[in-house]
Amino acid sequence: MIPIGQVLAISAVLFTLGVVGVLIRRSALVVFMSIELMLNAANLAFVALSRAHAGMEGQVFAFFVMAVAAAEAAVGLAIIVAIFRRRHSTDVDQVALLKW
Amino acid sequence: MNAALFYMTALAAVVTAAVVVLHRNPVVAALSLAAHLCSIAFFFVLLSAPFAAVIQIILYAGAIMVLFLFVVMLLDPGGEGINGRVGRIQLYATLLGAGALLAAIVPVVLGIGTTGGSPVPSGFGGVESFGRLLFTDYLFPFEAASILLLAAMIGALYLAKQEID
Amino acid sequence: MDSVAALLSGSGAVASAIKIAVMIGVVMTAVAYITLAERKIAGFIQERYGPNRVGPWGLLQPLADGLKLMFKEEVIPTLAHRPTFILAPAITFTTALAAWAVLPAGEPFSFFGQTIVPQIADLDVGVLYVMAIASLGVYGIVLAGWSSNNKYSLMGGLRSSAQLISYELSMTLSLIGVLMAAGSLRLGDIVQAQTGSVWYIVAMPLGFFIFIVSAFAETNRAPFDLPEAEAEIVAGYHTEYSSMKFVMFYMSEYVSVTLSSCMMTLLFLGGWHLPFVEEMLRGLADPARFAVHALIFGAKASCLVFLYIWVRWTLPRFRYDQLMHLGWKVLLPMALVNILYVGGAILLGWF
Repeated sequence: MIPIGQVLAISAVLFTLGVVGVLIRRSALVVFMSIELMLNAANLAFVALSRAHAGMEGQVFAFFVMAVAAAEAAVGLAIIVAIFRRRHSTDVDQVALLKW
Repeated sequence: MNAALFYMTALAAVVTAAVVVLHRNPVVAALSLAAHLCSIAFFFVLLSAPFAAVIQIILYAGAIMVLFLFVVMLLDPGGEGINGRVGRIQLYATLLGAGALLAAIVPVVLGIGTTGGSPVPSGFGGVESFGRLLFTDYLFPFEAASILLLAAMIGALYLAKQEID
Repeated sequence: MDSVAALLSGSGAVASAIKIAVMIGVVMTAVAYITLAERKIAGFIQERYGPNRVGPWGLLQPLADGLKLMFKEEVIPTLAHRPTFILAPAITFTTALAAWAVLPAGEPFSFFGQTIVPQIADLDVGVLYVMAIASLGVYGIVLAGWSSNNKYSLMGGLRSSAQLISYELSMTLSLIGVLMAAGSLRLGDIVQAQTGSVWYIVAMPLGFFIFIVSAFAETNRAPFDLPEAEAEIVAGYHTEYSSMKFVMFYMSEYVSVTLSSCMMTLLFLGGWHLPFVEEMLRGLADPARFAVHALIFGAKASCLVFLYIWVRWTLPRFRYDQLMHLGWKVLLPMALVNILYVGGAILLGWF
């Protein structure tokens, strides 16, 4: 007897934690990790609702979200490494050349 | 028994997520995220999705987080704290926004109730039902995902490559 | 006896606790004597006696080794990152032991009226669970290498983890051939599928070859032990470890060797099944049949462990780039060809 409403509430809390992480951290790597937190919160919601409706579509979609997260992590980390090579820092506030 | 497991897993997930967001050392944050992914996998098991749970551990905790850990260890960016570094206005605005988001979602969602008790068909969450959907109804997204991964692989290789002089 | 049987049946907490205790006892004893076997066999290959002072034929050597290692001084480097330094061997050891939860020692048998399943957890996704735990084992090595604050450790740790994740791929792909033929992910079902037809080592020898080579690489053994070789990189990721933490790394290596031997027995060598023995066993009582099955399983796994030790002391080490070339450019395509072959064989009705 898993209460789906409570699982979705936890998913909302985790998502909010991810959003807070993206907004207040300055290290690009930790910002990335917070994005992964948000993706996982969405996955949790998908799987919970798939259980509630007894249909496998939610889990299949969660699988696709994982595949996309893998692709995004690979490319994103490569970008961070490339930026780090130039500036020797992962501080997101310093990558501000396009600001006025 | 089930309820106790559920609340412990929920606590573990929230605590590890908080450590990721708040801790100053990126390596500790990465390890905490790996623990968080394992707790989400445990949630999946509780929600009758064993295949999704195992795939979560193999893919996310076992591959993506190892990649993260490599990059964090090799770049060694050093810790930076959130205390005093981020402006107060930013901090308050973020907390206000987070509070608003939670206040908007949680009451609505908690009212959905306990529809999770209905019995599921046998083989639910298993490999066969997963594969059946993946190769019939969702064949196109499946193939598109493989092309996406190929594109990501080429992109990552190109970006991280160093010129050999 | 009835109460004992009642305690052991089902999947309640007490039954699982007893099975876990038995499993840990059997595995750790086996591992202790495999360390002795390694040294004796190494001695015989090198035309000398192995340890034979402590007890007859050196049989008490593991005990002496254990006592010595326990009394050594625990050294933690000053600049090492203490939490992860202490956590790393714990992760390695825990994941090495956790994978044993889904390995069956035989078929479910009846004992004084109760059905006992000789398996701690009969998961529907058994094989994938073992792969998941194996992929979690990479963390111990990465963390050990990084937290030691030592160039050799860091290099050894990164090399070793890159090697592990590369060979995980070909291992999982070669597994897919077995899964296609057996039609299920449950380890009990895979053994049942082999009792009906031929063992999978005969049906897909290429798959077995890829799996065993990948298993050698996954356990950092045999010709793939560059990341921990003494002549090359001091001791790689466990350079800075001493006493009990080193024991954990050392033990977890042998636990992984035993685990992969048992997995190979279940997946490719027919598990506890011997063709001519099955008819002879039909008349026996169930518990006796289980005992014979467990012995057969143990014997097959021991042959594979012997193969591990034999290969280690026979073949020279791979250089790191040769190792990566082998994993990505040779084994991965071969594993894909194996999948095609098994698919074709299934279409033709061979399975």
